[in-house]
Amino acid sequence: MSALLEVEGLKTWFPVRSPLLRRTVGRIRAVDGVRLKVEAGRTLGLVGESGCGKSTLGRTIVRLLEPTEGEIRIDGIDVTRARGRDLLAMRRRVQMVFQDPYASLNPRLRVGDAIGEPLDIHRLVRSRGEKHDRVAALLDKVGLGAEAMDRYPHEFSGGQRQRIGIARALVLNPELLVADEPVSALDVSVQAQVINLMRDLQRDFNLGYLFIAHDLSVVRHISDDVAIMYLGRIVETGPKTKLFAMPRHPYTRGLLLSVPVPDPTRRRGAHAPLAGGLPNPADPPPGCTFHPRCPYATEICRLERPELRPLGDGQTAACHHAEEVAASGRAV
Amino acid sequence: MSTPAERPLLAVESLQVGIRSARGTFLAIEEVGFALDEGEVLGLVGESGCGKSITALAVMGLLPQPVARITAGQVWFDGTDLAALTNEQMRHMRGDRLGMIFQEPMTSLNPVYRVGDQLVEALREHRPLGRGEAWREAVAMLDMVGIPAARDRASSYPHELSGGMRQRVMIAMALICRPKLLIADEPTTALDVSTQAQILDLLLSLKRELGMAILMITHDLGVVAEVADRVAVMYAGRIVETADVFELFRAPRHPYTDALLRSIPRLDSELDRLVTIEGTVASPLERPSGCSFRDRCPRARPRCAEAVPPLGELAPGHRARCYFPVEAPAPQAERV
Repeated sequence: MSALLEVEGLKTWFPVRSPLLRRTVGRIRAVDGVRLKVEAGRTLGLVGESGCGKSTLGRTIVRLLEPTEGEIRIDGIDVTRARGRDLLAMRRRVQMVFQDPYASLNPRLRVGDAIGEPLDIHRLVRSRGEKHDRVAALLDKVGLGAEAMDRYPHEFSGGQRQRIGIARALVLNPELLVADEPVSALDVSVQAQVINLMRDLQRDFNLGYLFIAHDLSVVRHISDDVAIMYLGRIVETGPKTKLFAMPRHPYTRGLLLSVPVPDPTRRRGAHAPLAGGLPNPADPPPGCTFHPRCPYATEICRLERPELRPLGDGQTAACHHAEEVAASGRAV
Repeated sequence: MSTPAERPLLAVESLQVGIRSARGTFLAIEEVGFALDEGEVLGLVGESGCGKSITALAVMGLLPQPVARITAGQVWFDGTDLAALTNEQMRHMRGDRLGMIFQEPMTSLNPVYRVGDQLVEALREHRPLGRGEAWREAVAMLDMVGIPAARDRASSYPHELSGGMRQRVMIAMALICRPKLLIADEPTTALDVSTQAQILDLLLSLKRELGMAILMITHDLGVVAEVADRVAVMYAGRIVETADVFELFRAPRHPYTDALLRSIPRLDSELDRLVTIEGTVASPLERPSGCSFRDRCPRARPRCAEAVPPLGELAPGHRARCYFPVEAPAPQAERV
């Protein structure tokens, strides 16, 4: 049986052009051979730091960006090159929630019209009355109430706008939501409200989530499985409890150790776990792209790029020294 | 005022800032008071709009005049009331004995000057140094904040540096005159978690090396737990709780602090459902009477509407602005 979303060997490369003659002088491999899977009703958390390619991956999956290579399947149906009617059918099943709902909502459109618009585009309602009822029910569902319909986006707070963004994504009854940093612009107390809402909606509609975020604590809370991304590639995957308790990739381990824990009795102490920064993505290091920052790196890491390999407990990691990393003990 | 020996480096007393808006004048902060000793780190925490950044700007004399101004209170810094200084006098203070860093370094660095030149300018504003000497000092400072190949990097323009490197340049600029107090407003919020860890380490090691105090303004309770000695929590323009960092995280007493700590998803524990604080912060023009948190507070009773509760001392050094504070857990019980 096929999963709700399956991604295989996905690549999204961008040309680098010379400033003068606009000749292509190189490529940025923003997404460089990604494989992942999201089951119906479950959440895959996709984590990485800025520039790792996680947003590009999300946008490629919903077909806002053209993949260079690879395959995207929804319920076994290949949608990698879907056009016209097929693309429309795919969009009914896969929707996206953005970080900044204000930037993704038309400020001159009333909330009710913005949420209802996809129903017209996909010709899913027969009358204005039917459209009104569906939008009103959905606004109720996301905790805003039908009276929000006649107001404009600027009249709402950040948390409320994100509820509008979620309602708009849900109006077509999709099966998969790709959510790109949906709570990172929100204050802590509001963030908790939106996370709880997303969990309720998932349960009620059996939604699959690809939840893209940089915040490991949020991802740990909402995900079933987690994938860690570095420089265009997934470097580790696994069920969240396993991956967080015993990371097998040194980058995952470093990230986990970097997160400041809201408990002063558990201070990290004065040693940043990850030295240096992201290398130039147009000219990545040879072998394992993480090796210049890696405390475990040896000769082989400079020569040979490690592939994701199964390591038991449902975990996979792309590291020559995964066993040694796991033996380093708990990270959190 | 107390004797010099026990006088804190910074003592903010009953500070009030009024802001004129199209919908009328309102108080952005009220009765804000805290003290900071030499070499100490105070974390000023709160969500958007609580007044933490306005407090920092008021201390630095950087409020956007005439829209915002200090309408009451004092800011004692090393024996001087900063709130009473002229703009000219304040300019001599800033960048010299008072340093500040902001969230987004790109907006505070001049894009058309080399970073070394910007450091030289900051230094020569306050010190009678020649260009060559100032340049050497600038390179030494860039080296001190951990910029590799500082001599070459001094000739870079801000856009040629990564986010983390830019934040290091900002820190170098704020510290070049060796200030006694550094005000850091969300210094790591725009950074990735691995870079954040590097910058926090840097700030703490520079604090030890230079013996300066830090007022760390942040919304991130993890960052506060990592670096602060003491914490002040702000809500709707007022400090609602203040305590030693260990005490505050172990036994939050104000219902807002308590709820805030339980609403964050944590890396070190598994919760099925996050605690939420219902509703949103009221706009400063529509704050409820009495306690500003009462419309969202599960413990609110009629008395809370009558008057603003005082910032009462509940334990030595632990104060909360609440008539019905949360019970403190037994001292030996650890929060898990």
